[in-house]
Amino acid sequence: MSSVISISKLAKHYQVPEREAGLIAAAKGLFKRTYKTVKAVDGISFNIQPGEVVGFLGPNGAGKTTTLKMLSGLLHPTSGELSVLGYEPAKRDHDYLRQITLVMGNRNQLSWDLPALDSFDLQRAIYSIPLDEFKHTRDEFIALLDLKDLVQKPVRNLSLGERMKMEIVGALLHKPKILFLDEPTLGLDVTMQKRIRSFVAEYNKRYGATVLLTSHYMADVEALCKRVIVIHHGRLLFDGDLSALVEKFSAFKTVGFTIDTPASDLSQYGDVVSVDGSRVTMRVPKEKTSAVTSRLLNELSVVDLTVESAPIEEVIESVFSVKRETLE
Amino acid sequence: MKRYFDYYISMMRVSVMEQWQYPVANYFYMIGMLAEPVIYMVVWSAVANQEGGSVGGYTPGSLAAYYIVWTLVRQMNIAFTPYGWEWRIRQGRLSTSLLRPMHPLHEDVAFFAGWKVVMIILWIPLAILLSLIFKPDLHPTLLEGAVFFIAIWMAYLIRTITLSLLGMVTFWTTRVSALFELYFAAELILSGRLVPLSLMPEAVQTAAWFFPFRWAFGYPIEVLVGSMSVSDLLLGLGMQFAWVFFGSVIVSQIWKIAIGRFSAVGG
Repeated sequence: MSSVISISKLAKHYQVPEREAGLIAAAKGLFKRTYKTVKAVDGISFNIQPGEVVGFLGPNGAGKTTTLKMLSGLLHPTSGELSVLGYEPAKRDHDYLRQITLVMGNRNQLSWDLPALDSFDLQRAIYSIPLDEFKHTRDEFIALLDLKDLVQKPVRNLSLGERMKMEIVGALLHKPKILFLDEPTLGLDVTMQKRIRSFVAEYNKRYGATVLLTSHYMADVEALCKRVIVIHHGRLLFDGDLSALVEKFSAFKTVGFTIDTPASDLSQYGDVVSVDGSRVTMRVPKEKTSAVTSRLLNELSVVDLTVESAPIEEVIESVFSVKRETLE
Repeated sequence: MKRYFDYYISMMRVSVMEQWQYPVANYFYMIGMLAEPVIYMVVWSAVANQEGGSVGGYTPGSLAAYYIVWTLVRQMNIAFTPYGWEWRIRQGRLSTSLLRPMHPLHEDVAFFAGWKVVMIILWIPLAILLSLIFKPDLHPTLLEGAVFFIAIWMAYLIRTITLSLLGMVTFWTTRVSALFELYFAAELILSGRLVPLSLMPEAVQTAAWFFPFRWAFGYPIEVLVGSMSVSDLLLGLGMQFAWVFFGSVIVSQIWKIAIGRFSAVGG
């Protein structure tokens, strides 16, 4: 199957003026300016197949949003090759723009003073959506996100979560084949995050859309993405299955057990994370898990025992803390 | 073409609905804008009276007509400002527009065209009030009325184009304000906004021919108030079309260069 998104050695560098603090440095800057090159994205390559939902992860400033902006045609790459659906995004061909959407947590495409229904109608005109198709899609999305009672209220009267759901409906009315989602659940409560996640999953299932998602909420990534791409300082750190990422970077396992008689020194088995009555949770180095669980079962009166991988947040944290050189 | 027509109608409808949300605020805004022409009108009427009843061919009645039509033309040539360009880049609004399969300038033109529909409706009672107070001497012919109708929309397009060119400077520097002040000063003198151009020195009148300001302001007023020959009416329309055509070409070329520099700050 041919890739819908194909990136090769993609880079985006910025020239940023810099100077020392103070009046003298400011005066010198009038005559001679010095610039620093910031490598926001520094030669990343990957391919994405049709219908894939891929998590695009990295700490703040890693280059995720810059990459999404290049993919959606907002930014011109400094170098490298980039193809989405066979188009060169920077040319911003109208046929290309009709097939994609970029949803950003802070995006504001709805009219603040009007009910969202009016903004939806404007989207219909912008994307030349046939009226019957528009009404069908709009009503389908409104039902999926349970927005029936909200679409007639002015957008300014909606909560952040309600507004975000409206933004997503507006961004998908033209049924794009590619979704670039940049922190779509930013600032939302857990229930609202879950609702948006299930909507994205449903959209992907119904329309076979390809999704590239950035999020700092690992629950989003775990729920939606089988594959993750991790970047840091503009460079690719990992590209593969989420399970493989956990396997590769998780140095510890979480062992939980219940004992019916108190034990004097549990630290000999691993790092004790918590003790809640007779329930103990500890972190154990991955390679010692078998030995430790065996000892626990033999030496203590264990009632039950569970072994779990480290939470994904911890795994990602450990990925970011590893220097790139050590990964190659 | 049908697609653009549908878009313009939809965007104008959204704009009209938005403006009707705040009719009182819009009215106060419009009343605030009346101060400028009323001051000019009072001053020049006083000068005309002192000069024995007219100044440069303008009587107090024709000056009243000039400045009352002025208020409509001023509303008509309000367009998206360079300050607006700075704002929309900072807020990430330009990114939203760039993601649409439609040039962002269509959004500006359509939105402000809808805005004008509301402002013209609000303007009518104010124009009646000003007419009752200042008694304008205004007797346009059918032809002048028709040319005026075209001329005010062309004036709007010319000002949209020139302000967009200024706004695009934002892609190179965020300090557009200084440039806009310079533009505003030139516009005040060369457009007929401060005073009818025929009252200006000969050199200023000649210079005004070669800048867009007159065609975006003074010319539509002169069409309705003055007694222009048919050839002068058509020549003025020709100049407006030329400015719209060449201005659009320049905007499109500069846009291509400017957008390559866009760094999508703010979203």
